[in-house]
Amino acid sequence: MFVTPAYGQETAPAVEGSDAHATSGAQAGTEVPHEAAHEGTFPPFDPATFASQIFWLAITFGLFYLFLKRVVMPRLAGILDTRSSRIAQDLDQAARLKGEADAAVAAYEQELAEAKAGANAIGQQARDAAKAEAETARKKVEANLEKKLAEAEAHIASIKSSAMKDVGGIAESTATAIVEQLVGKADKAGVAAAVKSIAG
Amino acid sequence: MAAADKVDPIHQFHINKIIPIDFGGYDLSFTNSSLFMVATVVVASLFLYLATSGRHLIPSRWQSSAEMTYEFVGSMLKDSAGSHGMRFFPLVFSLFMFILTANLLGLFPYFFTITSHIIVTFALAILVIGIVVFYGLAKHGFGFFKLFVPSGVPMLLLPLVVAIEVVSFLSRPVSLSVRLFANMLAGHITLKVFAGFVVSLSALGAVGIAGAILPLIMAVALTALELLVAALQAYVFAILTCMYLNDALHPGH
Repeated sequence: MFVTPAYGQETAPAVEGSDAHATSGAQAGTEVPHEAAHEGTFPPFDPATFASQIFWLAITFGLFYLFLKRVVMPRLAGILDTRSSRIAQDLDQAARLKGEADAAVAAYEQELAEAKAGANAIGQQARDAAKAEAETARKKVEANLEKKLAEAEAHIASIKSSAMKDVGGIAESTATAIVEQLVGKADKAGVAAAVKSIAG
Repeated sequence: MAAADKVDPIHQFHINKIIPIDFGGYDLSFTNSSLFMVATVVVASLFLYLATSGRHLIPSRWQSSAEMTYEFVGSMLKDSAGSHGMRFFPLVFSLFMFILTANLLGLFPYFFTITSHIIVTFALAILVIGIVVFYGLAKHGFGFFKLFVPSGVPMLLLPLVVAIEVVSFLSRPVSLSVRLFANMLAGHITLKVFAGFVVSLSALGAVGIAGAILPLIMAVALTALELLVAALQAYVFAILTCMYLNDALHPGH
């Protein structure tokens, strides 16, 4: 709503302005008449400025395009490439390290199993050896004991037989003493024969 | 006159000569428009150059924003024109950066908005359509004209459809340029009108200053909207460029 009145107001001076511009053709390039001409039309539609705008746009945008194409974009592409390759590399390395760790765990477990088996074997062996040793020791002790028992039995038998040998004498003297007490006098030979016959 | 200029919403679009240059009858003066074209290129180039100068593996904030813009435009082009379209990546990227920076720079008070002039947006649109036509013809020869003949259309309807396709193709540079130009122009005029209300109302004393709060709020809100429009129009220009380039690469529908 603001554009229309402004545009309408300034259409009249526009004619004057372009007239002024035409008449002052001799002094082209001076500011004043041009300014007046610009006042006349809506600035974005003023064809007098088109050439200059296109010219400078071509220069500035062209340089901008070249700068981006030659300098900025290769650099950005380089940064992004470096990053993505670095990430890929890191992921590869992580995968490799994980593989190594897995292998190490497997090796460890295998070694552990082997060591367990070895320990079991050693234990079994030690147990067997200890058992055998105990067995021989037991046998030796038993043999020893048997021998001692036999010796003791032999000793007992000898003591018994010697004791039994004495029994006859003791019985004779006892019987003699008993007879003397009863009868007053004892026939030693008779008593000995009696004892001997009883003892058998 | 100066006071009138202040509230004249059209004044901001005036082109003033800074260094008059007359070349063979053509007025190629260095104007405020040219100055802001140079500024746009310098700002955008410096941003991209300095942000990426570290080449960090882990990007800084600036580098990250440059990378994001690069990848954003790259994926936009790849999605719409396929991997063959990547040969136009420098063009689309520089168009996007140029328009975006120009639009954003134009939002600063007292700054000139180069994209608010139809000739600038039209020149960029003609550049795009020119590349589409030349590349399409160079690559596909007459096959490029399959663009105007959609497959699977009954013979009876074909003349009508072809006519519509031709008209729609010819209107592309117009719609592409007018869309950007009109958005920038209208946005800046509206901003200026509301800002002008603030100035003229507050000249009326205490009541006027109280009344000026409303247009001030509007001006703030519009600035936010214009920020969005500035980025959005750069994106729209770039994505339409991608789609038109896709036509040049794959003319068959």
